[in-house]
Amino acid sequence: MRGNSQKILIKKGRVYSPGAGISSEIDVLIHEGIIKRIDRGIQPTGAKILDAEGCIVSPGFIDMHVHLREPGMEYKEDVGSGSRAAVSGGFTVVCCMPNTDPPIDNASVAEYVFDRGVDEGLCMVLPHGAITQGRGGKALAPMGEMGSCRAMVRGFSDDGSTVTDSEIMRRAMEYARTMDSLIISHCEDVSLTAGGQMNEGFYSTLLGLRGIPREAEEIGVFRDICLSEKTNAELHIAHVSTAETIMLLRDAKRRNSRVTCEVTPHHFTLDDSYLVTYDTNLKVNPPLRSRADVEAVLEGLADGTVDVIATDHAPHALHEKETEFDRAEFGMVGLETCLALVISVLVENGVLSLEGALEKMTLAPSRIMRLERFGYSPLIEEGAPANITVFNPDFEWVVDPQMFKSRSKNSPFAGWKVKGKVIHTIFSGRVVLENMEVKAKLE
Amino acid sequence: MSTPDPLKTGVSKTLKFDPLMHSGTRRHLLSINDLSSEDIIRLLDSARSFAEVSKRPVKKVPALRGKTIVNMFIEPSTRTRMSFELAAKRLSADVVTFTAGASSISKGESLKDTAKTIVAMGVDAVVIRHSSAGAPRLLTQWVDCSVINAGDGMHEHPTQALLDLYTMRERLGKLEGLKVAIVGDIDHSRVARSNILALNKVGASVLLVAPRSLLPAGIEEMGVEITGSIDEALQWCDVLYLLRIQLERVSESRFPSLREYTLQYGLTQTRWSRLKRKPLVMHPGPMNRGVEIASVVADEVEPVITGQVAAGVAVRMAVLYELLGGPTGVGGSD
Repeated sequence: MRGNSQKILIKKGRVYSPGAGISSEIDVLIHEGIIKRIDRGIQPTGAKILDAEGCIVSPGFIDMHVHLREPGMEYKEDVGSGSRAAVSGGFTVVCCMPNTDPPIDNASVAEYVFDRGVDEGLCMVLPHGAITQGRGGKALAPMGEMGSCRAMVRGFSDDGSTVTDSEIMRRAMEYARTMDSLIISHCEDVSLTAGGQMNEGFYSTLLGLRGIPREAEEIGVFRDICLSEKTNAELHIAHVSTAETIMLLRDAKRRNSRVTCEVTPHHFTLDDSYLVTYDTNLKVNPPLRSRADVEAVLEGLADGTVDVIATDHAPHALHEKETEFDRAEFGMVGLETCLALVISVLVENGVLSLEGALEKMTLAPSRIMRLERFGYSPLIEEGAPANITVFNPDFEWVVDPQMFKSRSKNSPFAGWKVKGKVIHTIFSGRVVLENMEVKAKLE
Repeated sequence: MSTPDPLKTGVSKTLKFDPLMHSGTRRHLLSINDLSSEDIIRLLDSARSFAEVSKRPVKKVPALRGKTIVNMFIEPSTRTRMSFELAAKRLSADVVTFTAGASSISKGESLKDTAKTIVAMGVDAVVIRHSSAGAPRLLTQWVDCSVINAGDGMHEHPTQALLDLYTMRERLGKLEGLKVAIVGDIDHSRVARSNILALNKVGASVLLVAPRSLLPAGIEEMGVEITGSIDEALQWCDVLYLLRIQLERVSESRFPSLREYTLQYGLTQTRWSRLKRKPLVMHPGPMNRGVEIASVVADEVEPVITGQVAAGVAVRMAVLYELLGGPTGVGGSD
């Protein structure tokens, strides 16, 4: 991580650091990319001042699950627009999925994406690699080579698809364990989901849309937990959406399995009754589930079954969404609404404390992704590299996708009145978002 | 844990439903749920007076003279397309019909662009048949005219339900308290969905007759009873509504074979002749003789089924008149 000679003073914010809770008003001085001092009444000699009154000063957010679409689908998003969206949402690290064209299934594509992130210089862009070559589910991709290249790939996933062949998944886990890699599983029994458009249930019947049964996810989750326990490989379950999945994970954790999981803001906020408008921005995979599933997911967040909040930021162009429901692409953007939903839905309703929610966006993903390999720290303490998000938890705003920095605007939250907004983001000791404006890279 | 209902907390969103068939804004017919029971009865009454028009030597009234209606049939259809076309013509509207094969849709134009193009030509209503559920609702966002759903995917076919209710009411003299059994592939049937909604609204009771593999999830929550036995249904019902069975459901493993379907769920000659009290048999067409209904039985009940077709024109005249004609929907002839 490159240093920066800029001197920054964050004034009068309340500092959150995992394990230490939230402080009272205090100043944070940053110099040469490092947090130099945390104290009251620091003199701003020669420093750029960032006002943080009424704000929380948090470690930068980490998103384990985004789609940046580069290479191959730059009309939806690229590393540049994705980075701008990320820092607008307070993220200093984003891990991008390999379902690009060509897919990230070898070291050269992984290094390309990683280097593009470095060039943009707004946040850390860490590519996940594909489990299988071409994401085809047939032959293993070179995890060792991807792991030892510049991008130091740790997470492997065929996200968007599932590794249907259990034998291949078993061998992938054995191999990943040897390489000290993490398997991130998109769980879906595709024979149960063919043609599916939304959660199977009363609403799919009412709307005449083909259903995607919960069991399609649960069968996949159960299989992968079994294989992880057999092989002792580290497994991370992506975008959990059903009550039964939460139970399977709760039980696995009770057995001390090496299993972690994530949920998305849309899965903890929305249920399938919203689909009555046929808004294609609500078409996601896994689909929005029933209210009972949403409640179970919230319980999983509250009791610690769910480790991580990740957005599954999935940009799509207007013409791919402004079409018949069954022809629309799956996915919604999420980087720029994540914090607001976390605060408005989880914190305001007492599902999680603010500290508890932030931990799932900072410390937990940092641990799972082992970001210390990059010299990254998810803490705010003197001597730590400065990756910081300053946000106002009480700031009320109305979501307007046209204001998003992401190239795509496919959000169903347009018009929602929400609470919580990122004001400043500091990456590697440099201000990349100041007063909600992205700061172009210094030449 | 309490449910954080976004509608009641810091997050809020107004769910936008389309304007219903009430005066004021632009009016559409997208779903039976757009109609109240009073709306349904009013439309059926209005259809009765329009039915009379079709019996005249000159089958035409000037009710919609100067109005332009586009029939947009993105999915193939014969009877519904002809029925809407005749309904429009008998109301003296100008009507243009286009089908998917002969349209810009087949050249890859999006539904949005196609719709905008059509409406730019000055159109009062679009009647749309589409294989995608929700397409008519989508259309209302893009066009500044009335939209009428003529069948969208597995979602709904509201005018079919109205003509079915019309037929039941004319034949049996009432709707409230009527016992209607719907037999067959409920899962794929927009006709079944619209009929269930409409029958519930007017106070009829609905029994679905099918193997579980042909029933969609959560259908019970729509207010129906379910049985796996057609014989039980035949003892109970006033109306036996048969749905068309398609061969491809066999390859989808919905049931083992057409032969087995006929044995379990077909209105066979044996079942029919055994009945002391015979129900009104209805079918949305086209019938598969020898599958859901024996040919002999089909011949016997044919007047009812062709009656449904005739009612279709009258009901669609009533719908078009209600949407385009004036403040109230009664009495189309002048």
